[in-house]
Amino acid sequence: MQTLSSSVEAAIEVASVRKSFGDRAALKGVGFAAEAGELLAVIGPNGAGKTTLLSIIAGSVEPDGGRIEVGSGRVGFVPQRPALYRKLTVEENLRLFARLEGAEELEGEVERMLEQAALGERRADLAGTLSSGNQQRVNIAIGLLGHPAVLLLDEPSTGLDPRQRSRLWEFVLGLAAAGTTVIFSTHNIAEAERYGNRLIVLADGEGLFDGTPAELHAAAGDGAADFEAAFVNFLRERGH
Amino acid sequence: MRALLLKDLRLMWRSPLLTALLVIYPIVIAVLIGLALSAGPDKPRVAFLNEVPADTPLTVGGEEFDLVAGRDELCDRIECVRVSTRAEARDLVASGDVLGALILPADLIQKLESLGGLAPAQATVEVLINEEDPVKGQLVDDRIESLLAGANLRISQQISEISVGYLGILLDGGSLDLLGAEFEVLGLRAAEAILTQVGDQLPKGSEQRQELERVIDFASVAAENLAVADDLLGAVSQPIGVDRQVVGGSSPSLDLFAIAVAAAITLMFTTMLLVAGSLALEREENTYRRLVRGLISPSGLLAEKIALGIVVAVAVTLLMLAGLELFLSLQWGRFLLWLPAIAAGGAGFAAFGAAVGGAAREVRVASLLAFMVSLPIAFLSLVPSGTVGPGLFDVIGIVTALFPFDPALRALQGALEEAGPSLAAAIAHLAALTVAYSLLARLALRRFD
Repeated sequence: MQTLSSSVEAAIEVASVRKSFGDRAALKGVGFAAEAGELLAVIGPNGAGKTTLLSIIAGSVEPDGGRIEVGSGRVGFVPQRPALYRKLTVEENLRLFARLEGAEELEGEVERMLEQAALGERRADLAGTLSSGNQQRVNIAIGLLGHPAVLLLDEPSTGLDPRQRSRLWEFVLGLAAAGTTVIFSTHNIAEAERYGNRLIVLADGEGLFDGTPAELHAAAGDGAADFEAAFVNFLRERGH
Repeated sequence: MRALLLKDLRLMWRSPLLTALLVIYPIVIAVLIGLALSAGPDKPRVAFLNEVPADTPLTVGGEEFDLVAGRDELCDRIECVRVSTRAEARDLVASGDVLGALILPADLIQKLESLGGLAPAQATVEVLINEEDPVKGQLVDDRIESLLAGANLRISQQISEISVGYLGILLDGGSLDLLGAEFEVLGLRAAEAILTQVGDQLPKGSEQRQELERVIDFASVAAENLAVADDLLGAVSQPIGVDRQVVGGSSPSLDLFAIAVAAAITLMFTTMLLVAGSLALEREENTYRRLVRGLISPSGLLAEKIALGIVVAVAVTLLMLAGLELFLSLQWGRFLLWLPAIAAGGAGFAAFGAAVGGAAREVRVASLLAFMVSLPIAFLSLVPSGTVGPGLFDVIGIVTALFPFDPALRALQGALEEAGPSLAAAIAHLAALTVAYSLLARLALRRFD
């Protein structure tokens, strides 16, 4: 991944990214840019290429072509399924990954994450004993270690109940408000409309739309009862 | 890497069952081996029926054999179950209560004593065997045959001595007791001397003197041949003797070989299962992708897992050896050689475990696969030469050389005692296997995520 020159204002810029798995093209030249503090939702049907796009931006998967540039700082990645050790406590998980990240102020960083994720009282609990929602908060907290300028969340609310989802988004909105660029993928269209400043619509590896929820609603035409119906209309009109 | 290593040790500590297994397993192995080596094999139960009338002495050629001592020797090598009838002996064998029965018939002594007389008859004992358990049946067979071979040897030596005595009388003359009557025997040498004196009195060239000289020649040749019969009879009583010579070094101890086998098996299971499971766990916990996304390289993660395997291998194997010290005396002066042997074995098994864990990708599958692959190859490594055909043994040699068990066993033998195989060669072999399996594990990690 390349780093943008200081003259570039975007926190991250993705240009013409391509990736194929065998004969199947997972991404066909997708591009966008996002600014600091922006909340970007990547939506699309199953197999659209959402997770592949986030994995390429995170550096876990090598693209076949294209360019990814990050303004400053690093990219934090939070996989869909919590990536933590269930037999370690919340604090031990954070300390381990902070040490591996090379955090200078190890204890300070761990305390900051515990506070930010509101998990101070559960710090001594084994991660495996936490609820799915709290495991996801630890998962995100680990992704936030090292102060990433850009945070990637792969379907962060999957498997959470409404109350857990609400607490999770409250946490994420707080991050964005503090200047972190958050890019999240989701199947939940209503969630994307509610929390995303901008939407990237992918289908069959193609980038079909880049704009606000209101702009997507408008692009889908009149007659849609709600945003989800508008989204389905939008895809159908474009042959997906 | 140090942080990950500490993490893995902490995870082990947090898994009480795994930790208990890692501690208890070597102790149980040590105790079992210690008991087996110090207690010796169990004696087979054999029914013993003695039909020989009580207080009947056995005398062959004037020498009385100690029958009580013979019976005690027998019952020292097998567990004698005294029975009073043949039917009882047969029932016990048939029901499996005893593995066999030894019956001494009533005419045994009479027939044995006839061997020292002029009308010998072969004595026989009866052996009833239950071959329900072929191994124990063979054991009974071997012990009774061994005992009878010893008794036969002693009796045949006695008979040889009696025969030599008879020959001596024929050669040099003496008194011979036959059917209660005592006879004086002249002897071939005395007869030759008398005949020579008589011959000297006959005219030279006479026909009578010539006939007498033929008899004298016969007596002379007979005396010469009977004179060497002593040695011949001695050789016949024990046709094959054993001349054992040690041409160099000292033979490896059977006890230490058993300890090396136990240590190698402990190393194999604990290290392989731990490393295979630990690597697969990184995928199951979904942490692999997070780790290799810039925190540590896949090769670094493999190195950490192999280091974990070595640390645990050294700890567990030393624990097992310390447990064995309760039963056997180990050569602690060679302790500094134990460490590289155990560490090299641990590295080989850890690399193999990493390859298995990387290929299996799931903890349960990895554990099962490691177990299924390792056990038969370990057994193959213990097949001694000569028990299978040369071609098959060569194939077994190639297969086992590709797996860490055989070189780990050799390394441990070499470390435990000076008479063992070359430690340096075994460690070099293990190092090569460690590199090879590490490369395979690295390839497996390409499709690990």
